[in-house]
Amino acid sequence: MSSLMTPPSDPPPVETQYLASPPTEDRGKATVPRPGSKMDIMATAQNRKATKPLETVPAGEQAIIRSERFSLYYGAKAGVKNITMDILPHMVTAIIGPSGCGKSTFLRSINRMNDLIPHVRAEGRLAVDGQDVYDKRTNLVNLRQQVGMVFQKPNPFPKSIFDNIAYGPRLQGVRNKGQLQHVVEQSLKAAAIWDEVKDDLKKSALALSGGQQQRLCIARALATRPRVLLMDEPCSALDPIATGRIEDLMEQLKTTYTIVIVTHNMQQAARVSERTAFFYMGELIEYDRTAKIFRNPGKKETEDYVTGRFG
Amino acid sequence: MAVHLQREIENLKRDILTLGALVEQAVREATASIANRDEETARRIIDSDIEIDEMEVQVEESCLKILALHQPVAIDLRFIIAVLKINNDLERVGDLAVNIAERAAFLATQPPVSISLDFQAMARKAQNMLATSLDALVNLSASQARRVLTCDDEIDAMNRQMYVVIQQGIGARPEQTESLIHLLSASRHLERIADHATNIAEDVIYMIEGTIVRHKTEDYKPQIHV
Repeated sequence: MSSLMTPPSDPPPVETQYLASPPTEDRGKATVPRPGSKMDIMATAQNRKATKPLETVPAGEQAIIRSERFSLYYGAKAGVKNITMDILPHMVTAIIGPSGCGKSTFLRSINRMNDLIPHVRAEGRLAVDGQDVYDKRTNLVNLRQQVGMVFQKPNPFPKSIFDNIAYGPRLQGVRNKGQLQHVVEQSLKAAAIWDEVKDDLKKSALALSGGQQQRLCIARALATRPRVLLMDEPCSALDPIATGRIEDLMEQLKTTYTIVIVTHNMQQAARVSERTAFFYMGELIEYDRTAKIFRNPGKKETEDYVTGRFG
Repeated sequence: MAVHLQREIENLKRDILTLGALVEQAVREATASIANRDEETARRIIDSDIEIDEMEVQVEESCLKILALHQPVAIDLRFIIAVLKINNDLERVGDLAVNIAERAAFLATQPPVSISLDFQAMARKAQNMLATSLDALVNLSASQARRVLTCDDEIDAMNRQMYVVIQQGIGARPEQTESLIHLLSASRHLERIADHATNIAEDVIYMIEGTIVRHKTEDYKPQIHV
């Protein structure tokens, strides 16, 4: 199982002061107590042959996000436990799982959004582009510039469309008007909303529709030229047409960025992602090609979840 | 959400098993009507094929409805796909039972022929394969399904032997040529029934294990699962 989560050619992990506890024995053995599921005679995943290991990083490519035995605690309670997985560049990786399974916690750990919660403690290692996210020397502003985030509910600033997009670059010290205009235009174009707003960039962002606001938020995240885009249920507040636009956009964006999306909508995960990770009770149960997860998952827990037999 | 899907799947399971039972009965009676020279039964099988055809359409419509409305995944998806394909095979087996019944209806009007090959043994073997493949579907048993796959070669060999026997029969008794050719056709139909049983068994294995074993003879061998 652990070979599935990490490619064999990995360099040894760099130990940091955040490796508070020694590596535990059960690395990668993501097991959970079997839920009292209502499986009938079609419960077959147990009988299945051992699955082939996931072909991890294609030759010449490096995982952009590398989680090694990563755990995040809220006080004494673990939000996620012992997560070991590599997220590959220029792909959409979907994280699925029931509410409270730790998928959002894991996503928010990638750019340290959980820091605001009191008594949060991380263990293990979580690196973006080789840089340990939880290293005390990590510059949070730089990290969040590298790792953009889009939330469930569109959250534009109560400012003009232009100022929303220019907000990040201005924070980074860009003052030149022409340069700002260029960034705003490029970001709005990349988020596939330029044609709809180009004639009135001075309009309040709050006057846009929900779907437009969400694409504006994506444009705002792109304006700082991130490498990774984290999306936490980005379509759950949108209608099917707006959802379709965001999904099309993800297809375009993955050529430039790496996208990690948390979604409750399994059809969406199946449609947009190349890799799917199934989380349950804070643990990573299965991580594989999306086509495999939805056609022939290796674990019974995954099968129960994707077929709606859970609980 | 899952409750609706599970109910649909249960109904579909019942329908495909009903169809399987109808087809099994048609094959059993068709081969018996050859042995018993029973034209009446043969005619009845030919007339009742419409029932099998209607059932096949009903099963296919149920599958399409489930796919459109529930977008099943994993085992549910594999089950629907397997049923779609098995449905097709069963309908073809029903047609072959009709073909055998047509031979029986003709042979019943002719003087009896005797050949040095046990046609009924071949018929039993083909029926057995069909029954086992349907049992594998009912029990979701990959090992039962694999047993079907290993039987197919025996039926093929019997069919080849039948060619030789019929050829010799025609040489010895040219006046019975027509009857012997009809008997050869019936043998060929049995061989095709065995092929369809094999397809069904392969689809059952796909449904259970998620692996496509068609065209891979080494996968026919029984495997031990942990």
